[in-house]
Amino acid sequence: MRIAVPVEENEKEICPSFGRTPLFYIFDTETNSGTLIENDAMNAPGGAGIKAAQTVIDAKAEVVLVPRCGENAAKTLEAGGVKLYESVGLSVEENIQAFLDDKLAVLTDIHPGFHGHGGN
Amino acid sequence: MKLAVLSGKGGTGKTLVSVNLASVAGNAAYYDCDVEEPNGHLFFKPENVTEKTVFVKTPEIDADDCIGCRKCADFCKFNAIAVIGEKAMVFPDVCHPCGGCMMVCPQNAIFETERPIGKIAQGVSEDVTVTSGILNMGEESGVPIIRTLLRDMKANPNDFTVIDCPPGSACVVMESIIDADFCILVAEPTVFGVHNLNMVYELVQLFGKPYGVVLNKCLDGENPAEVFCTEHNIPILGRIPFDAELGRLNSNSEIVSRIDEKYHKLFTCILRQVKEAVQQ
Repeated sequence: MRIAVPVEENEKEICPSFGRTPLFYIFDTETNSGTLIENDAMNAPGGAGIKAAQTVIDAKAEVVLVPRCGENAAKTLEAGGVKLYESVGLSVEENIQAFLDDKLAVLTDIHPGFHGHGGN
Repeated sequence: MKLAVLSGKGGTGKTLVSVNLASVAGNAAYYDCDVEEPNGHLFFKPENVTEKTVFVKTPEIDADDCIGCRKCADFCKFNAIAVIGEKAMVFPDVCHPCGGCMMVCPQNAIFETERPIGKIAQGVSEDVTVTSGILNMGEESGVPIIRTLLRDMKANPNDFTVIDCPPGSACVVMESIIDADFCILVAEPTVFGVHNLNMVYELVQLFGKPYGVVLNKCLDGENPAEVFCTEHNIPILGRIPFDAELGRLNSNSEIVSRIDEKYHKLFTCILRQVKEAVQQ
């Protein structure tokens, strides 16, 4: 199984924004190793959540660990069969371990998104 | 002539100025482009109102024909299309209906449907034609409604037209002032007011529009907005006092220039200066 986590440039901490995170860490439980991929949606003028979700789906992730998620990203991930779990704290490593230990809850609080506030 | 009234933030007095200028001009047209919260009609109380629904086009995918090639998703600059399981998926609220996805689809698997996003309402108040744009709650962009208003404005030219703009200086304001011959910037006498005035001041300069300022809520003592105008050589067209009686009439949705001679004179004077500036 592949687990995706939005991470900051320091590659260790979870980025609170799914759509505008600079990187995704994709951890493969079968090989017990991870890779970093860039998020093309980071500076997108709009629809960043949708595009970032596409990146995660294309990377064949089945699970995403995030502190929060907007509705368009959540809808895209759901269509791609990706499940969302709520991360706790900032450490990427600890959250992956917590997920594997069944200690993370399913993310249910989907916010309406921060799009459209630039007055487009 | 077409006069646009704008300000950097809401509550500065755009509608007060717009409604009263249209009213004192006579035989005028008033367009409320503040489609997220139009309120000019509350003052005009127009009669014989007719309404017209405004639609936008939304792409839809024929899943049988879609081969998941991603050309549509790659084309869309707004990321309104995702491709999941080899089928495209559209997010209508992010779409800026440009039709590009349909053009690039090699399968002709994308077609357009129409979706209502709001309406325009038109009626008459004495000798003013009142047209308001109304965006449905939850919709992202009022631009299609403003374009419908402006099309109506071009199709029915009037000697004097007032465009009551949305607040701020974003796309919706730019759309609203495109056809204007003159822009009035309404400003409050505070430091915050100066910041907001500067936003619309930069905008009208960028668009090369002639402009002037109306200072609203004027008190005795220093007026930072007036200082800003003096420093930048911006013509001041008028000063509306911070007046309890004006506030009372306005909050009762009265058009002050129709019932108070003092205000009739004040707005007539502003109007005369605008006309002179446009004729020059």
